[in-house]
Amino acid sequence: MSLAVNTDIDVKGLVDKVLEAYPEKSRKRRQKHINVLEAEAKDCGVKSNIKSIPGVMTIRGCAYAGSKGVVWGPIKDMIHISHGPVGCGYYSWSGRRNYYIGDTGVDAFGTMHFTTDFQEKDIVFGGDKKLHKAIEEINELFPLANGISVQSECPIGLIGDDIEAVSRAKASEIGKPVIPARCEGFRGVSQSLGHHIANDVIRDWVFEKSEPKAEFVSTPYDVTVIGDYNIGGDAWASRILLEEIGLRVIAQWSGDGTLAELENTPKAKVNLIHCYRSMNYIARHMEEKYNIPWMEYNFFGPSQIAASLRKIAALFDHTIQEKAEAVIAKYQPMVDAVIAKYKPRLEGKKVMLYVGGLRPRHVADAYTDLGMEIVGTGYEFAHNDDYQRTTHYVKEGTLIYDDVTAYELEKFVEEIRPDLVGSGIKEKYVFQKMGLPFRQLHSWDYSGPYHGYDGFAIFARDMDMAISNPVWGLQKAPW
Amino acid sequence: MTKPGLRQIAFYGKGGIGKSTTSQNTLAALVELEQKILIVGCDPKADSTRLILHAKAQDTVLHLAAEAGSVEDLELEDVVKIGYKDIKCVESGGPEPGVGCAGRGVITAINFLEENGAYEDVDYVSYDVLGDVVCGGFAMPIRENKAQEIYIVMSGEMMALYAANNISKGILKYANSGGVRLGGLICNERQTDKEVDLADALAKRLGTKLIHFVPRDNIVQHAELRRMTVIEYAPDSKQADEYRQLANKIHNNKGQGVIPTPISMEELEEMLMDFGIMKSDEQALAELEAKEAAKAAAAGA
Repeated sequence: MSLAVNTDIDVKGLVDKVLEAYPEKSRKRRQKHINVLEAEAKDCGVKSNIKSIPGVMTIRGCAYAGSKGVVWGPIKDMIHISHGPVGCGYYSWSGRRNYYIGDTGVDAFGTMHFTTDFQEKDIVFGGDKKLHKAIEEINELFPLANGISVQSECPIGLIGDDIEAVSRAKASEIGKPVIPARCEGFRGVSQSLGHHIANDVIRDWVFEKSEPKAEFVSTPYDVTVIGDYNIGGDAWASRILLEEIGLRVIAQWSGDGTLAELENTPKAKVNLIHCYRSMNYIARHMEEKYNIPWMEYNFFGPSQIAASLRKIAALFDHTIQEKAEAVIAKYQPMVDAVIAKYKPRLEGKKVMLYVGGLRPRHVADAYTDLGMEIVGTGYEFAHNDDYQRTTHYVKEGTLIYDDVTAYELEKFVEEIRPDLVGSGIKEKYVFQKMGLPFRQLHSWDYSGPYHGYDGFAIFARDMDMAISNPVWGLQKAPW
Repeated sequence: MTKPGLRQIAFYGKGGIGKSTTSQNTLAALVELEQKILIVGCDPKADSTRLILHAKAQDTVLHLAAEAGSVEDLELEDVVKIGYKDIKCVESGGPEPGVGCAGRGVITAINFLEENGAYEDVDYVSYDVLGDVVCGGFAMPIRENKAQEIYIVMSGEMMALYAANNISKGILKYANSGGVRLGGLICNERQTDKEVDLADALAKRLGTKLIHFVPRDNIVQHAELRRMTVIEYAPDSKQADEYRQLANKIHNNKGQGVIPTPISMEELEEMLMDFGIMKSDEQALAELEAKEAAKAAAAGA
């Protein structure tokens, strides 16, 4: 395979042409977020984590989405109240495919939706009373819920309701944690601040107020999986591998996770971080406070899985390291079979990605393992440290776009005409109508898991299904 | 349908300056000019109509709405009270201090009144707004299709002058998008130095006029203690005539409002220094030194 991509296209010229549509001020600002990767670059050379320009169609979410939707929502044995008017919660209801085990409505609540449904009078007179009532009702109706979180929507911050006071009062009243998250959507530039706020809330309202369970017995092989939201079962596919190499996963953050797992996490020997962007804050905190080291890993595609398993095993003794080698060897025939089946069909296909804060780099090698190449990638809400981590995964000539606008992405794809676009539901039909194969890379297009060896087989099948679908040959009108 | 000549006016000014007292007395006098009046109190304290109704805190729009469920569940009759000489009174009401959003309450209440025809069959709608325009909600009466003329109640005190200038900035902001104009300044005498001159000078700087200087008279206090306007309590008094004059001037001021020309903080301070209200740093320093010297001399002796 070549060392560079997009060699037959004037990518820089394309960027200039696309940006021409903007007024000068906007053009100058957007220019800083788009770049063509140079050889040996230390980062991608783009600005990030900056407010989107008014008037463009950004693909970003808000702080509430980051806290309620991403970090807190998947904690299955707690009830998460969308505190405020009904829309934020209702229209994000079950938006993420965080799989979990449990009896919904009895001891697990992942696909249920709770809101205080603010009315005009709650805005004018304040909503604290309603929150009191909601918590009382929840406690009565769902006695097996192990805690409650209060996820603030915008109006809570505007009218200055004291949700912390309500949470403290209710927690002592019902004898369970009630945890307030001030994740009002207007805060910050994207969902990224919501992740940070949610991490801080875990620090201040879980770690500070609880202890690991008394009956918890440590082993030398206790690890956690942090930043895996179990989309389509990803965390399960990852956990299998960690257990096979002899480790014990004591907590999943937060896909299929529980409050007790959060509370027990300070007992871990090492925190393993999949989504660095959304959970690095709490990992750093645990390193400082409890002296727990943390390590990033990547379970997308066999080359990264093997590298990550070896890196993780190296933190432990020989038995683990030997088992890691055995596990890699055990799955090799399956990997070979998958690659033998799909690589010939996918070899040389070009992919453009636009996802959230991790996958724009993390999935790259899974494609490479199938002989495909990434020609463009970008993040909705990454920070500079994410772009530094990206250079490792992509080649010279790759088009990098931060907080890409709907217009820019459409134009880039139109000109580059990759063989596959991987992004979200908002993008899917735009590109399919353009005649391009597309896979959703937030929800796995209702498939998955894509993590781990099991996930790779599904990933390869799905990409092949999108690209080799006979429908693309029928686009030409018969007249 | 609202009457074609409907006048919508609003009283603004620093908190405690006497907006409610001045407005109620003036509106009571306007009745004598055969005008039908609706007063809309835009203050959570709900005390803008006390002198007309002879009672405080009638049922407010927002409290009734909260009890009934929502504002849609209310009827106009529930919230409109009839007071002195058939003046109609409504209070928006709002939350107790420190919770909720009073500004949103004002918006809700005014929209409710408009949608339910409270403005029909009256000649005047008068808004009495709480002292500080702290957010968009309290600017509601000066936004488009609401008050046409704003009367700023002020005095010769420095903070009242500051407030008058600030309110003018608010009017200017909405003057171009809507039709709001500054009707003029009403000076409520506080017996400060050169009060009339100062009020007059500020009015000129703002591009408007001092519409009336209301002298201080204890009879206002006597009337207020009896929950009455002076017009009702002492109709033959000199003070009642002052309010009648003011009412006449406002009545004849139709269409004569202006887009104000608020001045910068520096200009305002300069003006105050010219009038000797505010001292320059040098003056203040010189006075302080003189004081210290006198103290030292006294101690030495």
